[in-house]
Amino acid sequence: MIRKLAKFIGEYKKISILSPIFMALEAILEIMIPYLMASIIDDGIKVGDKAHIIQTGLLMILMAILSLGCGAAGAICACKASAGFEKNVRSAIMDKIQKFTFSNIDKFSSASLVTRMTTDTANVQMAYQMIIRVCFRAPIMLLAALVMSFISNWRMAFIFVGAIIVLGGALAVIVSKSFPKFEYVFERYDDVNEKVQENLTGIRVVKAYVREEHENNKFKKASNFLYRKFVEAESIAVLDSPVMSFTMYTCMILIFWFGASLIVKSGGVDMQVGQLTSFMSYTMNIMFNLMMISFIFVMLTIAKTSAERIVEVLDEEPDMQSPENAVTEVRDGEIVFDHVNFSYSKNPDNLNLEDINIRIPSGYTVGVIGGTGSGKSSFVQLIPRLYDVTDGSVSVGGVDVREYDITTLRNKVSMVLQKNVLFSGTVKSNLLWGNENATDEQIRQACRSAQIDTFIEGLPDGYDSEVEQGGTNFSGGQKQRLCIARALLKEPKVLILDDSTSAVDTKTDAAIREAFRQYIPDVTKIIIAQRISSVSDADMIIVLDEGRIVDYGNNDELLERCAIYREVYESQKKGADFDE
Amino acid sequence: MSENPRRSKNPVKTLMRTLGYVIKGYPIACIAVLICLVMSSVATAVGTMFTKTLISEYIQPMLDGTLAQDVGFAALASAILNVAIFYLIGVLCNLSNEQIMVRVSQGTLKKVRDSLFEHMEKLPLSYLDSHGRGDIMSVYTNDTDTLRQLISQCIPVIISSTSTLVSSFVSMMILSVPLTLVALVTVTAAVFTMRALSKRSATFFRRRQKDLGAVNSFIEEAVAGQRVIKVFCHEDKIKEEFDKKNGTLYDSTRFANGFANLIMPIMGNLSYLNYVIVAVVGGTLAINGAAGFEIAMLVPFLQFTRSFNMPISHISQQINSIITALAGSERIFALLDEPVEEDDGYVTLVNAKENADGSITECEERTGLWAWKHPHSADGSVTYTRLRGDIVLEDVDFGYLPGKTVLHDINIYARPGQKIAFVGATGAGKTTITNLINRFYEIQDGKIRYDGINIKKIKKADLRRSLGMVLQDTHLFSGSVADNIRYGKLDATDEEVYAAAKLAGADYFISHLPKGYDTEITGDGANLSQGQRQLIAIARAAIADPPVLILDEATSSIDTRTEAIVQRGMDSLMEGRTVFVIAHRLSTVQNSSVIMVLADGRIIERGSHSELLEEKGVYYTLYTGSK
Repeated sequence: MIRKLAKFIGEYKKISILSPIFMALEAILEIMIPYLMASIIDDGIKVGDKAHIIQTGLLMILMAILSLGCGAAGAICACKASAGFEKNVRSAIMDKIQKFTFSNIDKFSSASLVTRMTTDTANVQMAYQMIIRVCFRAPIMLLAALVMSFISNWRMAFIFVGAIIVLGGALAVIVSKSFPKFEYVFERYDDVNEKVQENLTGIRVVKAYVREEHENNKFKKASNFLYRKFVEAESIAVLDSPVMSFTMYTCMILIFWFGASLIVKSGGVDMQVGQLTSFMSYTMNIMFNLMMISFIFVMLTIAKTSAERIVEVLDEEPDMQSPENAVTEVRDGEIVFDHVNFSYSKNPDNLNLEDINIRIPSGYTVGVIGGTGSGKSSFVQLIPRLYDVTDGSVSVGGVDVREYDITTLRNKVSMVLQKNVLFSGTVKSNLLWGNENATDEQIRQACRSAQIDTFIEGLPDGYDSEVEQGGTNFSGGQKQRLCIARALLKEPKVLILDDSTSAVDTKTDAAIREAFRQYIPDVTKIIIAQRISSVSDADMIIVLDEGRIVDYGNNDELLERCAIYREVYESQKKGADFDE
Repeated sequence: MSENPRRSKNPVKTLMRTLGYVIKGYPIACIAVLICLVMSSVATAVGTMFTKTLISEYIQPMLDGTLAQDVGFAALASAILNVAIFYLIGVLCNLSNEQIMVRVSQGTLKKVRDSLFEHMEKLPLSYLDSHGRGDIMSVYTNDTDTLRQLISQCIPVIISSTSTLVSSFVSMMILSVPLTLVALVTVTAAVFTMRALSKRSATFFRRRQKDLGAVNSFIEEAVAGQRVIKVFCHEDKIKEEFDKKNGTLYDSTRFANGFANLIMPIMGNLSYLNYVIVAVVGGTLAINGAAGFEIAMLVPFLQFTRSFNMPISHISQQINSIITALAGSERIFALLDEPVEEDDGYVTLVNAKENADGSITECEERTGLWAWKHPHSADGSVTYTRLRGDIVLEDVDFGYLPGKTVLHDINIYARPGQKIAFVGATGAGKTTITNLINRFYEIQDGKIRYDGINIKKIKKADLRRSLGMVLQDTHLFSGSVADNIRYGKLDATDEEVYAAAKLAGADYFISHLPKGYDTEITGDGANLSQGQRQLIAIARAAIADPPVLILDEATSSIDTRTEAIVQRGMDSLMEGRTVFVIAHRLSTVQNSSVIMVLADGRIIERGSHSELLEEKGVYYTLYTGSK
């Protein structure tokens, strides 16, 4: 996993290496300084050597400036490297998602993909910055302080060895005890949020049934539980601070006692007064850096989960590619399904489509009807090769879809999805997705066919009107019609509408179909609809049920021989929809 | 929700209010924490001060021989023991401080969450409908998280840093006033450097926040629209656009973090400068034999100059988080300050029994008979009106926004047991009318009466209890299927639950679920089909058994075969009740007592099915499908 992510350091490798070097230099300089401080006292002030004080003072300032330089350079390098690393990781995930096929997308919910690209990448960035800045600095600092204290006075230095063992052990216990509890708490955290979410969406139900109190009690129970678990986890975690001050104070006491006796017993030879100060500084250094190390450990554990989630996306292999010597020309809109079996899970025992055989001549208008889960969407998604068949073959224009260059195929097989979206930008920029070189006249024509031209032209900014994220400033029916116009601009050979006029009223729906007949007679049109009126005048209607084609034919033929079609027809024929 | 979500508009006020929240909730704990924090910094200061005593009263005299070693060490031992006691108090204070703080901060957060939730439940629908769910959700998640940071980290760090600062300063003053003044000069320089740095870094942070927002919303959009991107072969375009935004973010992140991380090395090293200056000045004076300048004083003093800079950089590091946290608490308070649903109603719904003379009196037990209890303030008397389900709308006008009336002159008379249907185009105002009857929204003009009582006089809870609703979008709650049905009547027995499910026609599919009525529902019923969810919602209304029902059916996304099943459930539910039904398909409408045809917020036709057909108006056109 680490090796996989390390790849993304890329062009920031040099500064990634420079940063810890600077940090190490800074650490060493910083550790030298207390030594000089002791010297100012012992060899300067105490013996009355003014020159020594000034010399050492200047040396100390010089070292402080050097250390400042190194520290600043290290920080800047680390920030640049980690920001760059983050940029590369995020870009790589985006790149991967762009290569995903529909079946890859099915595996990850969009919420989880967003989290991976935002929170998880941020966690990994933080961890990376920590690694190059502190991971080297803290242990080096610790070690250097220890070495310096051994140089100063090896007997006194043993105090620190003991302190490191005690504090290190205690911190390890605290981290390992509290961490699993935190993990558990964060899971429960989602429960509380789910309760809020649920109440936000279902607030009408809550109010209609006067269940505010009931919901309050449910929520309080969850939030109380969260509180208890949080306290449980945190009260262990915060033990680190008293443990650290205990160790530090113990060190101080020991330094006082043994320092004093060493100075006195040796008559100020083995140890001097000034050195007491350097030992006190080293105590601080050592304790602080031990804390840092335990902190890094926690950070890295958090980041590990995030890194795993990122690698999971990066490891997902797109299961579809354009073949070599791909066909880049689609002859016409003829579609043939030959003994097609299809399963989303690629499991032949759990087929979503079974033994589909049908030939749709080029230029036909085809209606597809069937209940929820009958396989209508699956059926049409095989045509632009959004999924690969499990068995059999699908061909467009006489060529197996797997032999086409994917871009060619999808440009010629234009599809309006059930869950369609507009992107932030303008109406025009959205329409240009269909064909970036479309002229204004082509755009207008497409909108005319989709029966949305009058609406757009009535907007204050016309085709330059803003589209908000998710197209929230347009109604469902307007969005659907814009999406149809966008699909038309591709000038496809096959046009597929997957329940794309459900929010459009019956009259407009009919006008759209009429426009299709008039302007794009040669295009094969496949229309999935709940409304029987949307398909009843088609050249061919395919009736699907539980993944199989029950029957196909025109309206009259089906009325005569297909029970399911008749049932649907009967229930809807009495008048049009009121919701118009 | 504000134009710049990262900046707090009134930081001082918000901070005070946040602190007030904490202090009011935990007054004793707060005092204890304050004492503990001060005590632990005093303990540290006492320890450092002891170096002076150690050197001047023990080490020096023993070295000089003025103090015999055996006597000296014995005295030293007891002196160190004294310090150790201080240290021990310090550790204990630290321990209890941390433990109390965990409870205070988590407890406050729990209280904030609870009151947010409680308040949210009371908010009027007009607020909830017009504010994004994502925005409200983020108050619970992001904003409470930053608040946690503020309470459990920022505030304690600032208090302890301040007390360290003060105790070091006082100790330094005790040791030597002139040297303290010297030290202050360099410290002031440090503070100014810090302020300049923080200002720059804050600018970069804001820019980074903005770029991050842009990248995040791009990601959301691209991920949500991934399938469309594929269908249009737009992958390369998206990638290109993303890399541009990602690059901008990289730049601002680099600078923002870079500046923030400069603070530590700069402050750390400035403290060495301070050290040198004090050492040179103090050392020179000591060598020249100035009064009071001796090595025993200089050693602890120099130690204090080091610990003087630390708290300053600690405080400055907290500033960015405080700003973010305050913006967060401001949003929390804004939500808590939203006015709740008003309810001046005083007429309540009570269990009643009929006396021999036909009059009605209130009673404790559930009789199945309900009555409106109407106290009259004029003469102090109380009247009881039997609950029948008679609803009248008189000249009702309504608009979501003042000045924009969407319903005009609505007059409806619904007698007990009648079925009133609304038909009309999307946006004609069908759902809006039902929202007025249960007072989800308040009418602007006119009157609505329930059994002859103006609904404004009825307590909202009681009014809603007397109205059942099956809504356009079905919402279920996490819990079992049985729990969800029982939502309509919390004390319902299992038998009642089964009976309601049978009535709704939901019994069959529920008993075929893996765990039957105990099947857990997750994510708003994502594991059930749309039709199944609707059947559960019907059962939920059935078990509540209200005299008046509002059915806002949505069938456009249900396929015809499922719809037939749902319809059967609806039909049996409607029997014997006053029903307002928003109809989509004709079969539901045909046998209604009255059909209202709505257009642009007005009732344009009304009458029974046959009457309306005879009228040959809009309804006729719709029904026959002729254009």
